[in-house]
Amino acid sequence: MADPTKSKIDQPTGTPTMGHEWDGIEELDTPLPRWWLWTFYACILFSLGYVIAYPAWPLIEGYTKGALGWSSRGDLAKAMATQAAKVAPIHRAIAATPIDQLPAKPALMQAAVDGGRAAFKVHCVQCHGSGAAGSKGYPNLNDDDWLWGGDLATIEKTIVDGIRNPDHAETRLSIMPAFGRDQLLQAAQVNDVVAHVRTISGQQKGDAASQRGAQLFADNCAVCHGPAGKGNRQLGAPNLTDGIWLYGGDGDSLHQTVWNSRQGVMPRWGDRLDAATVRMLAAYVHSLGGGEAAPVMAVDNVAGEASDARP
Amino acid sequence: MTTASLSLYEKRKGVYPKAVDGFYRRLKWAVMAVTLAIYWITPWLRWDRGPYAPDQAVLIDLAHRRFYMFAIEIWPHEFYYVAGLLVMAGVGLFLVTSAVGRAWCGYACPQTVWTDLYQHVERLIDGDRNAQIRLDKAPWTAGKIARRVAKWSVWLVIAFGTGGAWIFYFADAPTLQHQFWSGTAASVAYATVAVLTATTFILGGFMREQVCIYMCPWPRIQTAMLDEKSLVVTYKHWRGERRGSLKKAQAAPTEFGDCIDCDQCVAVCPTGIDIRQGPQIGCITCALCIDACDKVMRQVGRPRGLIDYCTEDDANAEKAGRAPRPVIRSLLHVRTLVYLTLWSAVGAAMLFALGTRTRMDISAQQDRNPVAMRLSDGTIRNAFTVKLRNMESRPRPMRVTVEGLAGVSLWTDRDGRADARTAIDTVVPPDSVAKLRLFLAAPAHGPQRQDFAFTVRATDREGGADHEPAHFERLQ
Repeated sequence: MADPTKSKIDQPTGTPTMGHEWDGIEELDTPLPRWWLWTFYACILFSLGYVIAYPAWPLIEGYTKGALGWSSRGDLAKAMATQAAKVAPIHRAIAATPIDQLPAKPALMQAAVDGGRAAFKVHCVQCHGSGAAGSKGYPNLNDDDWLWGGDLATIEKTIVDGIRNPDHAETRLSIMPAFGRDQLLQAAQVNDVVAHVRTISGQQKGDAASQRGAQLFADNCAVCHGPAGKGNRQLGAPNLTDGIWLYGGDGDSLHQTVWNSRQGVMPRWGDRLDAATVRMLAAYVHSLGGGEAAPVMAVDNVAGEASDARP
Repeated sequence: MTTASLSLYEKRKGVYPKAVDGFYRRLKWAVMAVTLAIYWITPWLRWDRGPYAPDQAVLIDLAHRRFYMFAIEIWPHEFYYVAGLLVMAGVGLFLVTSAVGRAWCGYACPQTVWTDLYQHVERLIDGDRNAQIRLDKAPWTAGKIARRVAKWSVWLVIAFGTGGAWIFYFADAPTLQHQFWSGTAASVAYATVAVLTATTFILGGFMREQVCIYMCPWPRIQTAMLDEKSLVVTYKHWRGERRGSLKKAQAAPTEFGDCIDCDQCVAVCPTGIDIRQGPQIGCITCALCIDACDKVMRQVGRPRGLIDYCTEDDANAEKAGRAPRPVIRSLLHVRTLVYLTLWSAVGAAMLFALGTRTRMDISAQQDRNPVAMRLSDGTIRNAFTVKLRNMESRPRPMRVTVEGLAGVSLWTDRDGRADARTAIDTVVPPDSVAKLRLFLAAPAHGPQRQDFAFTVRATDREGGADHEPAHFERLQ
């Protein structure tokens, strides 16, 4: 507030000035409207009420809690509880629907896929990757190559019982011998078998080695992988003639595989997750593009045949 | 001045505008009737859009993200139409200012219209200016309380009607009205009505000219926009001064101008200013002082227009004794024409875009994780999320195909690769977007990143098509 004795009156407006001047520019001392003062007081009153009602003052260990007891964590907990209550009936419905009947209920199936996508991000991405594309030793779940089968029920069983859990009777179990390490085959013989596998998978032309390997394959490998090397899902034996290799299809990787055998492990999720979550995970994995229809009857399903190139 | 400079805060000076009649007052009546009618009637107009869309002519459907305006339906992705409307509104304000000064403030601004309405109510209940001043100063007798209660009640009813009408723009009006009275409307509806009722009541009943002078940015912008060619309400001081009462003027006719200092221009002013002090921020150019002054001039037998709409150029010409330019010349100066051109260009561009917009649309987003992957037969698969937009208010059958990718096969997440085909048929529900997850398998040999296009064709009688460029990516 300018000293009234010093302030000048601005002639055009009749308003006193603040009494200072910058390069001939002076500041008018226009009084604020009175209602502005009232709104200012109203804001102070509001802030008093706010400080009493809500968390406000930081203390040395903690803070003032406010009369309403509101907290952002409490808000979050409430929101989470509301969401949980909202999805609970959906989870119950999914848990009560056998998985082969899910596709007949498109809304429930979609809910299962969406829920599975969320659960996958928590439980599965550590090995299979966030896009379910896997990596060496961890199967890509987007493709159409399945060790144990790609229909909904089979995927669900794989998730429930896991793979190679020695303490679990129902687990998926396929044990390929370590042909080299256990001296079932000589080093040269392993090379011949690898040459044969690379021939039937179309990666190299047949030669003398692969012809020697063919006989070794028939004697040692065909019992699981089939005479043509097309695998066997009942045994979890991979198809050796397709374009997909879990551990690599080059000579060195195949040699390692035959010499030492490969035995990847997946936990049995039936012990860790509830039925609805497992079912949702199965629906999500099935939806990634490689899902198969349930087999009409137990046939000797040969991987690769169903996916013959179409025009 | 000393007392004023001793106070940090200034009490609001009471404004008690006197009733007046005249050309501009009638114009204001007409504008008030039209604008209020538009505001209150619009939500109740119906417009038949068939069974799949609402039949309200003007509807801002926030829940379903649609904006309906008669035959026009705007989707969120077409928000640039709203942006265009805002640009037109902005340039339109410039245009109006350039042509006729602060006509928006004086006639069409909601603050002006509702304040005007409230002041009429005030006059009906409290009487005209002098009675209002007397009543304000009077002690709180039963009579004064009764009048205040009556006035504030009518104000509240108007305020409630104003706030209440607002929500009907955002939902089906008849349904919402029923819900509103039966207590089943959304709480946001009640909150909106409550807030708007309060603001209308306070701003129209008590804040009035304070809003124009202290709160609204537009008068400040106007100050920068007005120039010597802008129409402003002008007191022609060269004609009016020196002021003096009729008696004095009769005694010494040569010493006095036309202004008889009757203060009628001040008495009728809704913002409480004295126009004879020259153009000022409080003047909203409502021209009621022109009406008041013209009436007085008629009574004392002097020519009208002592206070009149006048540009500074014309004022200078008139002062110098030259003939003022014709009104059409002042209206059509360069700045006005530039604004008009700009405004029309935006409008024409929007009309053109509206007339030529497609009613169906396809967009495709490629899965980035994984981008490409090998299938067991050695082919490469990419996955896309494809969205088909049907803006018609009826279901439409559509077919999605892929062009420029040899040997491709498609399937969706609803079927498997066993059902792979070259075209996907689907029916897109009316007025909505259908989402398809598409898997594309193509031979492994080919460029690592191959351009192709998704095409959607409507397979009904009307037809129509849209394309979306995309890439097919292969493993290295």
